[in-house]
Amino acid sequence: MVTLAHYLIASGLLFAIGLAGVLLRRNILVIFMCLELMLNAANLSLVAFSRFNLTQGLPDFNGQVFVFFIITVAAAEVAVGLAIIVALYRAKQTTHVEDLDALRG
Amino acid sequence: MQAILFWLFTGLMLLFGAGVVLFRNPVSSAMSLVGAFISLAGLFFLLEAFFIGIIQILVYAGAVMVLFLFIIMLLDLKAEAQRRLHVPAFLGGGAILAGFVWLLFDVVRSQPNFQFAPAPLSPDAGSDVERVGFLLFSQYNLAFQVIGLLLLVATLGVVILSKKELK
Repeated sequence: MVTLAHYLIASGLLFAIGLAGVLLRRNILVIFMCLELMLNAANLSLVAFSRFNLTQGLPDFNGQVFVFFIITVAAAEVAVGLAIIVALYRAKQTTHVEDLDALRG
Repeated sequence: MQAILFWLFTGLMLLFGAGVVLFRNPVSSAMSLVGAFISLAGLFFLLEAFFIGIIQILVYAGAVMVLFLFIIMLLDLKAEAQRRLHVPAFLGGGAILAGFVWLLFDVVRSQPNFQFAPAPLSPDAGSDVERVGFLLFSQYNLAFQVIGLLLLVATLGVVILSKKELK
């Protein structure tokens, strides 16, 4: 029997994996990919809650509309973020996070 | 059947997620992320959110990951060098991760409302695409229009950020 707890724990574990990736990796593109993992973990939580909170036999579709918006915003964010990374690469010729220290005191 | 599919998709998703973090070659990380997205779409289908599942595959696996792979190929990134394992940092990070996972289990297990199987949907539920569409265009219409504007601004931003300096 698969309960809401199972889905929430799966979402939490995926989020933890994404967070570990953001903290550990030093290539800026891989950090960005782990950020997308975290967003997807939140989406899974939302859809699970939407399915398990039934009103009159129907899921709560507000959660699914929220996920729709999150996916759209994430797609726009990836486009702009990758444009920034390409511009950064043009200027500095590196994607190694430790070489990007212009704002360091 | 639900349980088998749930464990299959969840196991694959977490394995691919770990692959994103652990592979040193960025192309391997990107392909693992595609696998994670598709497993996640499988979980969405299990939760009977068919519209969201298809959108996940179309937008995330189909557009976002293709963009990532384009950029990785364009920048011609090499695999990261093998790093020496720093044992104290490794143990500290492992302790923090273990603490987080323990807390996660503790919070989720302590809620009695979360321990039930999903109640069956009503038989005349209709298509979820139709219901989500109705909600989007009636209650969330303003947000929908604003998202369209956001996408326009993002497109403009990408074009401007990609321009070379004009001498």
